[in-house]
Amino acid sequence: MNASEPRLRHSIAFNYAIFLCVLTTAPTALAETENEIAPLNYFLHSYGPASTPTMYLGWAFVGLMVAIFVIIALLLAWAILRKRPAEDFRSIGRDDKGMPWIYIGTGVSTCILFALAIYSLVTLNVIAKPTHAPALTLTVTGYDWWWKVEYEDDDPARRFVTANEIHIPAGLPVLVKLKSADVIHAFWVPMLAGKTQMIPGLTNQQWIEADTEGVYRGQCTQYCGVQHAHMGLEVVAQSDAEFRKWQDAQRKSAATASSTGIDAGKKLFLDRCAGCHTIRGTEAVGAHAPDLTHLKSRRLIAAGLLTNTPDHLVKWITHAQDLKPGTRMPSMVLTATEVASLSAFLSTLN
Amino acid sequence: MAEAMQQDKPLPVGSEGKRSGGWWGVLALIVTEGSLFGYLLFTYFYLASQTEQHWPPEGLPALAVPGMNTLILLSSSVFVWACERCIKYRQLRWSLASMALAFILGVCFVVIQLNEWSKKTYDMTSDLYGSLYFTITGFHLLHVVVGLIILLMLLLWIALGYFDDRRYAAVTIGGLYWHFVDVVWLFVFTTLYLSPYLY
Amino acid sequence: MTDAAESSPNLNLTRVPEVGCAPIGSAAEMHLAHLWESAPGWRGWLSTVDHKEIGLRYLVTAFIFLLMGGIEALIMRLQLARPDQTLLTPEQYSQLFTMHGVTMIFLYSLPILSGFSNYLWPLMLGSRDMAFPRLNALSYWVFLFAGIFLYASFPLGEAPNAGWFNYVPFAGLEYNTGPNIDVYALGMVLLGISTTVGAINFVVTLFRMRAPGMSIDRVPILVWGTLTASVANIFAIPSVSLAFFLLWLDRQTGTHFFDVVNGGKPLLWQHLFWMFGHPWVYAVVLPAMGIVSDALPTFCRRPLVGYSAVALSTMATMLLGFGVWIHHMFAAGLPTLALSFFGAASMVISIPSAVAVFAWIATIWLGRPVFNTPFLFFAGFVILFVIGGLSGVMTAAVPLDFQLNETYFIVAHLHYVLLGINVFPVVGGIYYWFPKFFGRMMNETLGKWSFWVMFIGFNAGFFPMHLAGLLGMPRRIYTYAPNMGWSTVNMVTSVGSFVFAAGILLFLVNVVISLKRGALAAPNPWDAPTLEWAMPSPPPAYNFAVIPFVASRHPLWEDRLDEGAGRSSLDQGYLLMEGRETIGTTPLDAIPDIILKMPEDSYTPFFLGLFSALAFTGLLLHWGGFTVLMALACSLSLIAWMWPRKALVQRVPDIKQNTGAVHG
Ligand code: HEA
Ligand code: HEA
Ligand code: HEC
Ligand code: CUA
Ligand SMILES: [Cu+2]
Repeated sequence: MNASEPRLRHSIAFNYAIFLCVLTTAPTALAETENEIAPLNYFLHSYGPASTPTMYLGWAFVGLMVAIFVIIALLLAWAILRKRPAEDFRSIGRDDKGMPWIYIGTGVSTCILFALAIYSLVTLNVIAKPTHAPALTLTVTGYDWWWKVEYEDDDPARRFVTANEIHIPAGLPVLVKLKSADVIHAFWVPMLAGKTQMIPGLTNQQWIEADTEGVYRGQCTQYCGVQHAHMGLEVVAQSDAEFRKWQDAQRKSAATASSTGIDAGKKLFLDRCAGCHTIRGTEAVGAHAPDLTHLKSRRLIAAGLLTNTPDHLVKWITHAQDLKPGTRMPSMVLTATEVASLSAFLSTLN
Repeated sequence: MAEAMQQDKPLPVGSEGKRSGGWWGVLALIVTEGSLFGYLLFTYFYLASQTEQHWPPEGLPALAVPGMNTLILLSSSVFVWACERCIKYRQLRWSLASMALAFILGVCFVVIQLNEWSKKTYDMTSDLYGSLYFTITGFHLLHVVVGLIILLMLLLWIALGYFDDRRYAAVTIGGLYWHFVDVVWLFVFTTLYLSPYLY
Repeated sequence: MTDAAESSPNLNLTRVPEVGCAPIGSAAEMHLAHLWESAPGWRGWLSTVDHKEIGLRYLVTAFIFLLMGGIEALIMRLQLARPDQTLLTPEQYSQLFTMHGVTMIFLYSLPILSGFSNYLWPLMLGSRDMAFPRLNALSYWVFLFAGIFLYASFPLGEAPNAGWFNYVPFAGLEYNTGPNIDVYALGMVLLGISTTVGAINFVVTLFRMRAPGMSIDRVPILVWGTLTASVANIFAIPSVSLAFFLLWLDRQTGTHFFDVVNGGKPLLWQHLFWMFGHPWVYAVVLPAMGIVSDALPTFCRRPLVGYSAVALSTMATMLLGFGVWIHHMFAAGLPTLALSFFGAASMVISIPSAVAVFAWIATIWLGRPVFNTPFLFFAGFVILFVIGGLSGVMTAAVPLDFQLNETYFIVAHLHYVLLGINVFPVVGGIYYWFPKFFGRMMNETLGKWSFWVMFIGFNAGFFPMHLAGLLGMPRRIYTYAPNMGWSTVNMVTSVGSFVFAAGILLFLVNVVISLKRGALAAPNPWDAPTLEWAMPSPPPAYNFAVIPFVASRHPLWEDRLDEGAGRSSLDQGYLLMEGRETIGTTPLDAIPDIILKMPEDSYTPFFLGLFSALAFTGLLLHWGGFTVLMALACSLSLIAWMWPRKALVQRVPDIKQNTGAVHG
């Protein structure tokens, strides 16, 4: 059994080295993907007081865990490979040694764990609440598979509804109330905050704040059915002035000015789409689908699936089931002229 | 070592009371069934604590009949215990009578409980409380029925003369299960009938 | 049913057990073989209650489930290898990941360990069988039927599809109208029966069936692991059975437990599921850690460092394991105070794991490792356990988990712990005990290859999942866009998965080759210390010709290891051969206190299992009458089963003799 041992020892050492290299160089892959855009990469990018402390916590943990891993891996490798005086295979080591390993190892681990627990609880407290009262409250409701966004206001007339794209003023805390219209979803804009489940029958809360202006990607993270993969959203953080401008625009109803160019499209919409969609200022008041009043103002459609170009819009309307199989929006069968007039109408919704 | 093992001591053979595997097995079964009821009652309290309905919807439960029924069930346990004692003291006739009485009391419990059910104005599907009430009492009633079948078999076996003061593990084991069913009822009763009086 | 035992005149109520020797080939030994062997052919196959046979069946069946779950995973990896793939429809993907999780968690990881424990316990404990051999058979049959039940709707494209933790209301009737979830719910209740009776069997076996002298501080760590897991299961299984039963009621009879509109609470499901789920994840690793704790010392040529500490840490892990379930619900919006508590508790639970890790490293350090295949698997396991455990600690940090929850970081964590602590020790354990199982050694060269391919494939496949998680990739998505930055990691993961699968394939090839052509194995080829190596490989039907007297933790090393006082006696011991018999001992000190009569082979377990599976099928298909009929058949089988029997001295024998005479 012992004959080939030196060679084996060698091969084990060799394999071990490869393995360690692989594991420790892997993190560089993280940096490499920086070349690609990774819009949910919260580990390297966080832009608000609700998430930055967590990012640091993450770094501390990863650093420490890698260190612990390397130490233990080296200990183990050393334990396996260290030279020993040759002895008869049949002789057995004594039972009563080795306890210091356990005492020291466990003791040190306990101290580290204690420190980690404290650090994470402190962080939890820091991110639990914003330092000052939220500047804005909005309610996000999860639907299969899109997001309804309601902006609250003391004055009911100033409330408004939109979908899939949330605008917030940069530098101010925003309270987000989370609801669900059907199954459990989870609201997650990783660069701004951690995730919270949206549970039917309950109203959960979390807050987000963006330090800098920009677009932050969000994603549903609780499995909610076939199109869970395509339940994205965007948070657009703007300067206060721009945000106000956006808000005022959103509060308006759709321009109802009728012109021959769009009347056909509008009629078509009211016939075929109004059962589900709302366009404020028209008779379309459907409640099962995204509010389209200011459709054109959004960057993406279908919960982050496509960019909002006229082409995509047409493709979506006529082939929703191919693009997002199972979505609650049917693929509409439309003639070329119908498509044209509908597009014309939709293009007025800005 | 040989001394330590007491090799020359005569040992009982086969199923002997609390040394039999069956006794231990049923004990373990009781632990897991007890947990089952624990989770059921957790479910009740969890939902009750979160509800916005009036709780219980029908108002505070009447205690007279269920209270009496509780006493009936507990007394049946006493007779099962007595039955075992009688076997131990070779009073086979008395043990038979005692077991028969225990069985009849158990049946009374079931009948009264079914009657309670029929008086309810709601059922499993009418509201959340109904779901809880009928599921919990139903679970318990199922256990009572299983327990009754066990008592019936024991009755039969005693009548057939299977047991005497030297071997009667089945009675001990079956009796243990029956005591469990009765004790669990106390928890169910407290939860469903008494706890609403506390708030 | 009637055999030697029934006709034996010696049904005394008490007896002094005779002490003697029964070397192979002696009359006594042949009589024992006659008593314990099962009938040949299919009759023996259906009716056997031999724990070794049942253990092997568990192992083989569970391994087949591993392959099925593995193939499901490989298909998923094909779909995820590149962005925007269309190999699978979203619905197919959801059924695949659900069945993958269900198969691996419920049909592979615990049953495979039950296989080891079933096979090994009586051999390690010095007994001739488990406490309840027929219950053991029942537990296997119900497991098999439950597995088939859970898979029955897969070919129809109607398999469970809401993830293995099956959150409501998505799993409720309103959003999931097909039979998918009913299959899952009923299958889980059925499987729960199997697990529960199996657990009860283990617990009673430990307390009653140890050889004289094997006091509680001398049992192998595998026994501690399985005992702890079984006790945990006894407490935890009812929770998940109840949850699934209530869900089934909601779906089929219209109750309101999870029905939001009528006051039902989705969070109730999460609580009930994870109150079971967390203890369960430890239940599926503690016995596997036990495998390592017992087998690693053999290859280190020294006893395990800190036996008592490791045994205690096993129990401490389980105990704490009941108090951390909320860490799966950190994102559910619970009060911060509760999160703090459960986060801290989840950190504390790492302390007992640290004890075990350092005990293993110290054992290797102080020992003289022999680099056989099993050793490689056990040493590899330590590394993977540490990685998986460390990622677990990261998720236990509440704020960090707000980010990590439901991302591939969790998928990475769960595979490192499940494969690292379950699959690697299991494969290592098979290499280790294969000679005992089949009397042949496994091929070492192929073994080493299989280890390195598995080890490298595993890390290449699953380590990048951590990165995917940190890059924000959510779990349970059937595809992703190319601009998310996840393409490279996923490709690497997919490739690694296939390398890992190739390692498994190598292992299988090795098994097949070794079964036919492996070198014949001596009773104790590894020079291991524990009792199962004291008998021929494979062991005879009766296990121990005489019940040994045990005087230390390492009966086969005593001559070389000064372990205090006495020497165990393996060749001389209780003969016990008036029918199938073994000794019952006191729970802690293992002093003999009863001669146990063991049941003969029986068809009842098979039929009881079959009838109960059919009853559940009736429920699924809404065949009321059929269900009632099958339930009746179950009750009758049970009554027949329980009927007090003279042969087992469950009732008073008619013939009263009081000589203590024995023959043999
Ligand atoms: C196989 C079983 C298994 C095991 C053993 C563990 C072990 C641990 N798990 Fe894991 N866990 C799972 C299986 C397991 N887990 C599964 C299947 C899921 C996902 C379920 C799903 O969502 O589908 C999950 C999910 C999961 C979550 C939820 C994450 C989420 O969904 O958001 C959490 C959170 O706290 C967690 C924590 C832990 C911890 C702290 C340990 C600890 O026990 C680990 C302890 C071990 C060590 C720490 C390593 C050894 C110690 C040392 C080397 C000492 C030095 C160390 C330090 C000083 C830190 N696990
Ligand atoms: C013990 C548990 C276990 C094991 C062993 C595995 C093994 C594997 N798992 Fe598993 N996995 C889980 C438990 C496990 N998993 C759980 C609990 C989940 C969560 C489910 C949920 O979200 O609900 C999960 C989820 C999960 C996902 C996430 C899905 C998602 O969220 O979208 C992925 C994705 O890559 C994955 C991949 C793999 C792979 C590649 C393997 C590989 O290791 C598989 C290797 C392959 C084999 C073992 C088969 C070998 C076969 C051959 C060699 C062919 C030979 C064939 C014949 C002889 C016929 N798993
Ligand atoms: C049966 C209901 C239904 C009908 C009818 C319907 N839709 Fe939709 N629509 C939806 C739903 C649900 C969504 C959200 C889909 C998703 O993202 O998964 C949606 C999404 C959209 C979007 C993208 C919105 C966004 O902000 O992402 C557009 C644009 C749209 N529909 C246009 C139309 C038009 C035009 C018609 C009629 C020709 C129409 N819909 C008919 C249900 C419907
Ligand atoms: Cu909504 Cu996932
Ligand atoms: Cu857990």
